[in-house]
Amino acid sequence: MLLIHCPYCEEERPEPEFRHAGEAHIARAENITELSDEEFERHFFIRSNPKGIAFERWRHMHGCARFFNAARDTLSDKFLVTYKIGTPKPDLSGEIRRK
Amino acid sequence: MTQAFRIPSAGRLDTGRTLDFTFDGKSFTGLEGDTLASALLANGVHLTGRSFKYHRPRGILSAGAEEPNALVGIHRDEARRTPNVRTTIQELYAGLTAVSQNRWPSLSFDVGAISNLGAPFFSAGFYYKTFMWPRAAWERLYEPVIRRTAGLGVAPDKPDPDHYSNRFAHCDVLVIGGGAAGLAAALAAAEKGASVIIADEQAALGGSLRFESGAEIDGRPGWEWAQETKTALRARDNVRVLTRTTGFGYYAHNMLGLVERLTDHLAEPSPEAPRERLWQVRAKRVVLATGAIERHMVFPDNDRPGVMLASAARTYLNHYGVAVGRKVSVYTAEDSAYAAAIDLKKSGTDVLAIVDLRTDPEGALVEQARSLGIDVFAGHAVTGTEGRLRVRRVSISPVSGGPRRELEIDTLLTSSGWTPAVHLFSQSRGKLAFDEENQRFLPGEYVQDAVSVGACNGTSDLAETVAESLRAGETAAKETGAKKRKTVKFEAQASEDWSSGMAGAAPGAKSGSKAMAFVDFQHDVTAKDIRQAVREGMRSIEHVKRFTTTGMATDQGKTSNIHGLAIASEMLGKPIPQVGLTTFRSPYTPVTFGALVGHGRGKLFEPTRRTPIHSWAEAHGAAFEPVGQWERAWYFPQNGEDMHAAVARECHTTRQAAGIFDATTLGKIEVVGPDAARFMELMYTNPWQKLAVGRCRYGVMLREDGFIYDDGVVGRLAEDRFHVTTTTGGAPRVLNHMEDYLQTEFPELKVWLTSTSEQWAVIAVQGPKSRDIIAPFVEDIDISDEAMPHMSVREGRVCGVPARLFRLSFTGERGFEINVPADYGLSVWEAVWAEGQKYGACAYGTETMHVLRAEKGLIIIGQETDGTVTPDDAGLNWAIGKKKTDFVGIRGLQRPDLVAKGRKQLVGLKTTDPKTVLEEGAQVVADPDQPVPMKMIGHVTSSYWSENCGHSIALALIEDGRERMGEKLFVPMPDGVIEVEVTSTVFFDPDGERTNG
Amino acid sequence: MVEIAHRTSPLEGRGFEGDGISLSVAKPASRLSLRAPEGSLPALSEALGLELPQRPKSTSTKGNRAALWLGPDEWLVIDEDGADLMAICGKIPDLHSAVDTSHRNVAIEVSGARSADVLSAGCPQDLSLARFPVGASSRTVFGKVEIILWRRDEQTFHVECWRSFSAYGFDLLEAAAREAE
Repeated sequence: MLLIHCPYCEEERPEPEFRHAGEAHIARAENITELSDEEFERHFFIRSNPKGIAFERWRHMHGCARFFNAARDTLSDKFLVTYKIGTPKPDLSGEIRRK
Repeated sequence: MTQAFRIPSAGRLDTGRTLDFTFDGKSFTGLEGDTLASALLANGVHLTGRSFKYHRPRGILSAGAEEPNALVGIHRDEARRTPNVRTTIQELYAGLTAVSQNRWPSLSFDVGAISNLGAPFFSAGFYYKTFMWPRAAWERLYEPVIRRTAGLGVAPDKPDPDHYSNRFAHCDVLVIGGGAAGLAAALAAAEKGASVIIADEQAALGGSLRFESGAEIDGRPGWEWAQETKTALRARDNVRVLTRTTGFGYYAHNMLGLVERLTDHLAEPSPEAPRERLWQVRAKRVVLATGAIERHMVFPDNDRPGVMLASAARTYLNHYGVAVGRKVSVYTAEDSAYAAAIDLKKSGTDVLAIVDLRTDPEGALVEQARSLGIDVFAGHAVTGTEGRLRVRRVSISPVSGGPRRELEIDTLLTSSGWTPAVHLFSQSRGKLAFDEENQRFLPGEYVQDAVSVGACNGTSDLAETVAESLRAGETAAKETGAKKRKTVKFEAQASEDWSSGMAGAAPGAKSGSKAMAFVDFQHDVTAKDIRQAVREGMRSIEHVKRFTTTGMATDQGKTSNIHGLAIASEMLGKPIPQVGLTTFRSPYTPVTFGALVGHGRGKLFEPTRRTPIHSWAEAHGAAFEPVGQWERAWYFPQNGEDMHAAVARECHTTRQAAGIFDATTLGKIEVVGPDAARFMELMYTNPWQKLAVGRCRYGVMLREDGFIYDDGVVGRLAEDRFHVTTTTGGAPRVLNHMEDYLQTEFPELKVWLTSTSEQWAVIAVQGPKSRDIIAPFVEDIDISDEAMPHMSVREGRVCGVPARLFRLSFTGERGFEINVPADYGLSVWEAVWAEGQKYGACAYGTETMHVLRAEKGLIIIGQETDGTVTPDDAGLNWAIGKKKTDFVGIRGLQRPDLVAKGRKQLVGLKTTDPKTVLEEGAQVVADPDQPVPMKMIGHVTSSYWSENCGHSIALALIEDGRERMGEKLFVPMPDGVIEVEVTSTVFFDPDGERTNG
Repeated sequence: MVEIAHRTSPLEGRGFEGDGISLSVAKPASRLSLRAPEGSLPALSEALGLELPQRPKSTSTKGNRAALWLGPDEWLVIDEDGADLMAICGKIPDLHSAVDTSHRNVAIEVSGARSADVLSAGCPQDLSLARFPVGASSRTVFGKVEIILWRRDEQTFHVECWRSFSAYGFDLLEAAAREAE
């Protein structure tokens, strides 16, 4: 059972309160109707699924109910950071290189 | 039988407190505080079981959780028959009934033992090689035979009558292991002010202090210190002491699973007491003080009853006051076994010899043994043993060659050294490091907030163990923010060192030997098997393990893994770290399913959701069906009706007079805010901006890929307030879907979502008499057709309580849905029901609801749709706002596959024989005479007998279905082909005249 | 005219008394799911007669009325006297969403020396006084259902859950309460 820091509740809370919500930083295209089939495929279906640091969305479903973003190392399950929706993607290139 | 092997002057048990028990029907007496193993040994019983594969007689090897051999069944009553209980763990209670396993007809004469004679055929990998063909024989012959002869105990066949418990716990410092190391660490952490949980698998704390006769801590004998320390810890409110509690799993983020055994040691447990409790502990710091496990020596026929670990013999003597034999010898390659010989000798037991592989053992213990008159055979090996049900003779020879000598004995103690118990450390994903000098794996790099202390950390000296543990406890406490100044300081000493020893086969079982020198007792794996695996090409220990099954028994190779690894490494000519170590998996020792399930059985398996009207339905004889977690009234049989008759009547009555239906389970979401309509535009395909207040619309929700996700009727209560309904099963995911878009994609919209599914009880009244039935209860609302047409909503009062009244229909009849606050639901239902009786109305359940909507061609999400159905496929293109420039799914709908020809479209099917009711899910073909496999062009999604139509009706998704109107298609079934005709989806009242009254 | 409908609680007749633990069904109360941006809080707080708390996991109370912080723009307002909270908020023009959830939730009072222990049978949060002090509240899980937990004093917790989950919630509480410590 993971322990996840909710950026809205400002504390670590147990995993059963949360729900994983897929890859982060994939904004719905503003011009979605204008996307070509290939663009839509990339936009909607293709995900990076990295080994190592993954940017992902979680929802504090049974807590504050907010969606938020997290950077988690899929090898160790350690969270590097969690942050509110709308906050820019943190630069973790240093962390990623060290892996 | 008297306890002939009990030495009253030895041990810590009260010889006045006797307990009677039976083993294989024979009565014995033991003492309070005994384990089953110590009580059996007190009565001279070593033989306790038969081995897994060869059915060889086996005795008690150890005095702890690592026991591979002495597994028995404990029978309390018909339902409580626990197999594979380690006698070394099971505490004795009055009346305990134990039976041996894996033998027939009896433990001392076992027919299965003939497989011992065939041992050469049962060597490594025999499962894979011997039973390859003929293929059919596997199921019919080989597997049943193997299952019968190979194996452990028999699982009980009755439901488990016990109950189990769960607790989540949190602490600053969790200490696993209550020996000297764990106690010292817990004490130091607690004194600093940290909250501490300390758990130990034994009934009493003290760990190896229970046998270490020379240990002294803080000026007192070790065991005494342990008991005083435990009492002191128990008295503190920042410490929880858990005994009989095994830390079995180390999971992510410092979460550990502990199982506490609460009643297995009691003669008559209270029925309120759970049998076991699972502790899910989240610790800021973990101190692993799990000790070390002694290894046996690998030599020919090393498995006879009476061959046991040296530390076990010491435990039985020093703690339980039991001499494990009368004529004892020791076989070892390290020092600590000498202490066992010395303790036994001092107790008056005849200790004939210590056979030591080392050519020149030296030190205080060796000197002491010699001075007590014990023969030390240095540089000697045990080359064989004899004795059918108990060892009675061993042969020894000098390692360098020379004459063989025989020793007449009844017990042989062995020790080849100590394996640090790094299981939990390894489960925590820590990296192990190999200690070349002492042939052992030790904790290397930590990845979680843990520290190892004492023997599991390779610290072999008690003084250093205590010092290290005190430091670790204090540091852990400080790291969690504990601030008290108090520091605990005391010293310890003992005469032994646990670091030396050897791993692998001893000389008598070296390569080339045909002897059965067991590495893994529980799975009957010998040194020869490991070598054979390597010879047959296994290079990694992972392959050797799977080929030989070494370490794969319920003891997970606690005594054997290092031996197996060393033998493989020798064969491969590669150092041990290069051969690798198999991964340690949780659980450390077997855990019952009961403990893992905890409270989650029976009515607590999952919530059963019931509506406020449930009790009425129950009282009126409803049959119920599960819909997700809901238990819904399915139909209401009257006067002995079967389901078919009840549904036919309910369908007929509803269209003739009226039906009353509990629709409470419908999901409801209140969408509130100035941007409510804008948000609705984005979430549903339909247009919402112009929907007038007081009007309703059927909404279709898509996912971004263009497939139908949910549907439901939406009422506009105000410019800024919508009452959205969802499917019963879809309520949580629809809200989640909406929240996702609102929070992450459209956060600028000023709108909020609130689930009101459970705020409202919903009573649907459908049928030509529906308005008459509800009329007496409705206040402040004009429910005439003119004032309140189909698809409208009003707020007012019903039965004097606030209500939202919908005029809508899922049946094609004039219909209303009365929403009242849930606590009023039953009362309002009863009033409506009583009024309905005057008009001949009936109550109907979900089955009738399904039939009535199918008669009208209305879809059900999850029945007509399966996540690959578009609005066009379902005939719902009309629900897409044609002028809309955006909604979720708008782009997905344009995907090439979704606009291509040949998609499956929803149509009706009428069987040529009107009485035949198709099976839901049945496949549809165009030509029934084509060869198999036929081309399937669609499938039946819904199918019912329609009393109102007088024939069966079905909905189906058929390739280009709408172009096939009137076409004959076929449904091949096992007992014949059914002919059907493609029709419109609307079977009843095609013009919809009835809906509008 | 027909008579006025009466209420039936999903936990009608439930209760449990044990050593150091007591479970009882709370009386009906009015409840509001209140959503609002920061700018509307002064007006709403004034109308409700209590300060809507803005710290995570906190509550504020005034008499028999309480506001529980559930999320950054979400509160559960409970009035145990049954006041018409919808009407109160309906008068406030400032941006907000008020939805009546009086009947959606059912509350169970868990009290006694063992209350935190009993709740720990299903709640994975740390309920020690240091981490979950008096006045703290939070949405969380209890076994397989969602609850809202509010610590009213050291040994008393107010547990809210949706009404169809309340039987499960009570059953699990009772199962844990029946276990001898």
